[in-house]
Amino acid sequence: MATVHEIDTGGHAPALEARNLSVFYGEKQAVKDVSLVIPAHQVVALIGPSGCGKSTLLRCFNRMNDLVIGARIEGEVLFHGQNLYDSDVDPVEVRRRIGMVFQKPNPFPKSVYENAAFGPRIQGFKGDLDDLVEESLRAAALWDEVSDRLSESAYTLSGGQQQRLCIARTLAVKPEIVLMDEPASALDPIATQKIEDLIWELKERYTIVIVTHNMQQAARISDYAAFLYMGELIEYGPTDTIFTNPKEERTESYVTGRFG
Amino acid sequence: MAESVRSGGRSRRRSGEKSLDEREPLDLRPRGPQHAEITALAREAVDETGAEEPREPPIRLGAQTTLGERRRRTLGLAFHVLCAGAAMVGVLSLVVLLGQVLHDGLGQIDRDFLTSFASRIPERAGIKAALVGSLWMLALTAVIAFPLSVGAAIYLEEYAPKSWITTTIQTNIANLAGVPSIVYGILGLALFVRAMGLGRSLLSGALTLSLLILPVIILASQEAIRAVPDSIRQAAYGLGATRWQAVRLQVLPMALPGILTGTILALSRAVGETAPLIMIGALSFVAFTPQGPLDQFTVLPLQIFNWVSRPQEEFRQLAAGAILVLLAMLLAMNGVAIFLRNRYQRRH
Repeated sequence: MATVHEIDTGGHAPALEARNLSVFYGEKQAVKDVSLVIPAHQVVALIGPSGCGKSTLLRCFNRMNDLVIGARIEGEVLFHGQNLYDSDVDPVEVRRRIGMVFQKPNPFPKSVYENAAFGPRIQGFKGDLDDLVEESLRAAALWDEVSDRLSESAYTLSGGQQQRLCIARTLAVKPEIVLMDEPASALDPIATQKIEDLIWELKERYTIVIVTHNMQQAARISDYAAFLYMGELIEYGPTDTIFTNPKEERTESYVTGRFG
Repeated sequence: MAESVRSGGRSRRRSGEKSLDEREPLDLRPRGPQHAEITALAREAVDETGAEEPREPPIRLGAQTTLGERRRRTLGLAFHVLCAGAAMVGVLSLVVLLGQVLHDGLGQIDRDFLTSFASRIPERAGIKAALVGSLWMLALTAVIAFPLSVGAAIYLEEYAPKSWITTTIQTNIANLAGVPSIVYGILGLALFVRAMGLGRSLLSGALTLSLLILPVIILASQEAIRAVPDSIRQAAYGLGATRWQAVRLQVLPMALPGILTGTILALSRAVGETAPLIMIGALSFVAFTPQGPLDQFTVLPLQIFNWVSRPQEEFRQLAAGAILVLLAMLLAMNGVAIFLRNRYQRRH
């Protein structure tokens, strides 16, 4: 039985809470009895070596694991007091309120505008779509670069721009929480820098959970960090503590680069 | 020049090289003398450039040919020739076929040939009924087969749970694609013509041909749907799309060129089919154009079959003319398919 990682959320209301969450892929258990609280309007980094279950855990937060054949989830994820895995919860609704940005930029093979407009469109958005597209692109710090090429294919953008477009696309749905699965791992340092700056700005309005392989990145951008190893949550706490004064030896070994 | 610099450097390094065990641990601190040494070496190497002939004479190829070597090479050549010959068989037969048909048929094709009905008198005979029948058949088959196949493909790729039922369906579709067309004809006769009472109509024929090409289109469509990157689905689901929205708005548009290519190729097969239509009792002598899907009909392959089975030379020539029209139709359809495929490849 893993310990429940009660943390001081510094007065931030919990945005999301996992309780005794386990994920199985067939026989293999990818996430083992994880409990943690994601504070609102903070950046929480999930760190750990490859295959430690951090991406799997992230995907539990908006039920993307439902789409994986053979995946089974036990435990609860509470969002506004409701378990996302209750039988009467519609995963489609969950994903509208908890958005996701993926590892590799995956814009639709359509125009920049259509990419940003896709989310609102499928939800039957009735307001001024042009405004919403502009607002989302501005929020993703992309507007200045693409305002004159909205009708061009998203594939003409650079990798970094594509990823910011994917973020804009997610923001256009107006989620409360944005999940990011190694959003900068396929990008060059300058593009990464931009994404990191952006994340820092976004936490004003959104709660962000980010999976990252990059220790420096986690240290730079996150308020809280959770270290996972072999599917278990080893340690969770304020990023400063995790990186400078971790309680667990394994955490220390990992953040100082001794394994992983 | 670069080559010479490199080889000069390499030979020098080799002479001073130590075995692994002898080597000292790596010291990465910058060291003055070493730098100077490297510079000197490089300068020396550059000085050498172009001054010398290649140090070793090039090995003369074939100088040391043994018997085994010669035999090996002969075999290689023989295999090359055999394979080229095999490739030629296809090309040659097409050339001969086309030449023959063009020679016999080209003179037949004129306005009257296309706008006259079949006749007992060769000079007055034409392919109007067959051509219109074929176009009807093409349209009806497309209308029936396309939605059914694409629906099945979407279900199998996007909706179906991975269970033994799905596997069974999948295996059977693959098997159905290999069933001889005459068998479909028998099914069509029993089911559509008799049991459903549709008679020997265009509709019966189109339904039968639809069944025939269904598995082909399903397999091609599945392939096209599978080729849509999963990241696109994830993106759509991540934005709160329902399965239907993700499929309709993202997956299908991306898969459509592939699906259309498969459909057109399958339809061109249907247009050339004869056996199942003979089986369901399509007529071979028709002096009217069908007005609706429940009318009796003939199609080009049947007309051709009818003409070539007559003894008179004139009818053979008429058949050649009809074959040319049919071939033109098929080539046009394949052309569209190739065009679509090329556009599709460029886009991804």
